[in-house]
Amino acid sequence: MEIFRADNIHKSYANHKALDGVSINVKQGTIYGLLGPNGAGKTSLIRIINQITAPDKGELFFKNRKLKANDIYNIGYLPEERGLYKKMKVGEQAVYLAQLKGLSKSEAIKKLKYWFDKFEIINWWNRKVEELSKGMQQKIQFIVTILHEPELLIFDEPFSGFDPINTNILKTEIINLKNKGTTIIFSTHNMESVEELCDDITLINKSKNILSGNINDIKQSYKSNIYNFKFANGFDHLNASLNHQYKILKHAKNKYSETLKIKVLDKNLETNNLVKHLMQFGTLLQFNETLPTMNDIFIKLVEQTNKTQTTDNKEPNKN
Amino acid sequence: MKIFLILKREYLTRVKKKSFIIMTIIGPILMAALMIAPSLLAKYDNQKVKTIAVIDDSMIFYKSLPNSKYIKFDYIKHQSIDKFQKNFPNTDYYALLFIPKNILASEKVQLFSNKQPGIDVKMQIINTLTDNIEKIKLLKKNIDVDVLKSVKTDIKLDTIKWTDDGQTEKTSTEITTVLSMISGLLIYFFIFLYGAQVMRGVIEEKTSRIIEVIISSVKPFKLMMGKILGIALVGLTQFVLWIILTFALVNISQSIFMPEPEYIQQEQAQSILSTEQTTQQDVGKNLNIQEVKDMLSVAKAIDWIVILGSFLFYFIGGYLLYASLFAAVGSAVDSEADTHQFMMPITIPLILSIVMIQSILTNPDGQIAFWGSIIPLTSPVIMMARIPFGVPYWQVILSMAILIITFLLTTKLASKIYRTGILMYGKKVNYRELWKWLWYKN
Repeated sequence: MEIFRADNIHKSYANHKALDGVSINVKQGTIYGLLGPNGAGKTSLIRIINQITAPDKGELFFKNRKLKANDIYNIGYLPEERGLYKKMKVGEQAVYLAQLKGLSKSEAIKKLKYWFDKFEIINWWNRKVEELSKGMQQKIQFIVTILHEPELLIFDEPFSGFDPINTNILKTEIINLKNKGTTIIFSTHNMESVEELCDDITLINKSKNILSGNINDIKQSYKSNIYNFKFANGFDHLNASLNHQYKILKHAKNKYSETLKIKVLDKNLETNNLVKHLMQFGTLLQFNETLPTMNDIFIKLVEQTNKTQTTDNKEPNKN
Repeated sequence: MKIFLILKREYLTRVKKKSFIIMTIIGPILMAALMIAPSLLAKYDNQKVKTIAVIDDSMIFYKSLPNSKYIKFDYIKHQSIDKFQKNFPNTDYYALLFIPKNILASEKVQLFSNKQPGIDVKMQIINTLTDNIEKIKLLKKNIDVDVLKSVKTDIKLDTIKWTDDGQTEKTSTEITTVLSMISGLLIYFFIFLYGAQVMRGVIEEKTSRIIEVIISSVKPFKLMMGKILGIALVGLTQFVLWIILTFALVNISQSIFMPEPEYIQQEQAQSILSTEQTTQQDVGKNLNIQEVKDMLSVAKAIDWIVILGSFLFYFIGGYLLYASLFAAVGSAVDSEADTHQFMMPITIPLILSIVMIQSILTNPDGQIAFWGSIIPLTSPVIMMARIPFGVPYWQVILSMAILIITFLLTTKLASKIYRTGILMYGKKVNYRELWKWLWYKN
């Protein structure tokens, strides 16, 4: 079931177009990745979803009806540029921010105590924010974002500034939230975390939506028919390379085994037949298909669109 | 509801600040000190008596210059200035007054000293010599001193105001002027002080990067208004505390240092009068007591409710007008150092109104005063300075109405700049850019 949809969003600022007909479609209870290079328009889109700015054109739907001002109580937002009032005490400030999201004071305190205990930061309650490190502040910001238990969470670059330990805590919490049924949209440069967490993605480049869909479908459609084989030592490499239906890209050998990277050229060649065919030349130890990483797809597509755009428009990249 | 949450935070964080508490305590102490100090100084004055040597070549003034409490004249005969100068460091003299032979014609005397003589010494010498020489000149022309005394005139002008209900009230231009000055200046300081706080608050939210977190739960306009109103309450709190504490302090310190204030005032009056001619002393003393009584009745006749009421209105109205502009400036920059180019158009009308106060006080119903009190950027200061003198109702109402309309308008414009500006980082903004922001769609 769809929880959020943005249809054909356009947004221009004085000297540039931030979004040019971008659409996204987020299913309930999934994690949606918003990818794209710096300046692609991700933050502009996120600000529009949070109703911080309004689109010039296009429509937004939340739970199958138009997005309303009141929906902000049902959305949690962790911006990329995030901070806290430095001179305020941690607890006081967290309560204030929770109240702005519609929680009552007692409710806010109760929930905050739970999370502060969970993250083992309850002794920070009465400390001033300026006494905390950046990582500590990030934890507080995360708690404040999810405290009012919104149905939709939006994280803009959530992992930037976190050390590996805290990144892991955060990932675990994000997965916990997903398991509880919360929908999460997050933008990131960290492709590893995309593969780990996301169900669906949208890739934005130069204000345009260049790729959308389920992450597994995307990987399938971008696969280049490359397979890895591992044979026991004594593989008949010479005879194996005579077949023209495939090509051996790489052949490596060590004391115990030989590994091969093979690209299938003939689309009619089934994997089973390929394996059967190769088994004549040695003892098969391992076989798997190489799918492109999101990192590969990201770089390939962004470079491709950049090339076509520069040749189309003769317009230099302003970033 | 949310605007109230914001207002509360803005108010409480500021009121709890050490600087606020210190300012609230120091302000009244300074004010009380200013009010008490002159009479205290007069009472406990331990000024040393200054002895001035006189070499009188004209031979007119021997022992005829009157000594005062702090200045004594000592007449020296048969000594040249040069010789006196050599000896001067070994004497206790404060200075040497040299009166030349032709004093009546030249009207010039000289005062030698190894330091710059104070204004009080200078004035006393000038006054006594002038009096004496005038008398001598009169005598030379055969005019009797008694005749002169009988024609000497000192007009006292009582200003009496007809109130609307047909009563008469004694008024005082001096007191009204001081009152105008103080109210105008106070408005000026409050607008500046608290307007700048709004600006700093906006910059703080921008640089600490909390702004985006907040405006994802609150509309920027509400955030801006909550801040402006919260700080306005801080200003009012400080103002009320100042008034209460100042009155308390003045009363307490008066009862400690001056158990009988009226007696002191009389004594003070006497000490001033003793420098004058004895013949005038009785009259002077009576006059002075009368003046104190007059002042009290004048103070009672001032319509404090109107003045306080309009003070509150112009303080709040002027503050709201300027605070929204300050907020817009704060939103457009990344740090306080970048504010200068945008501060100019805001500070100029404020400073201009302070400059204009002088001419308004001398002519509170003139053209400058009228326009200054109608134009909204200067009206809070100028109208406030005019009100103690009495301003026609239609002018007050017109000025107030224009102020309210302008305030609504600037707030609207400022909020447009504000909501774009708070999300702009690392961009040097100029006026053209601000102009564009005004037209962005929400």
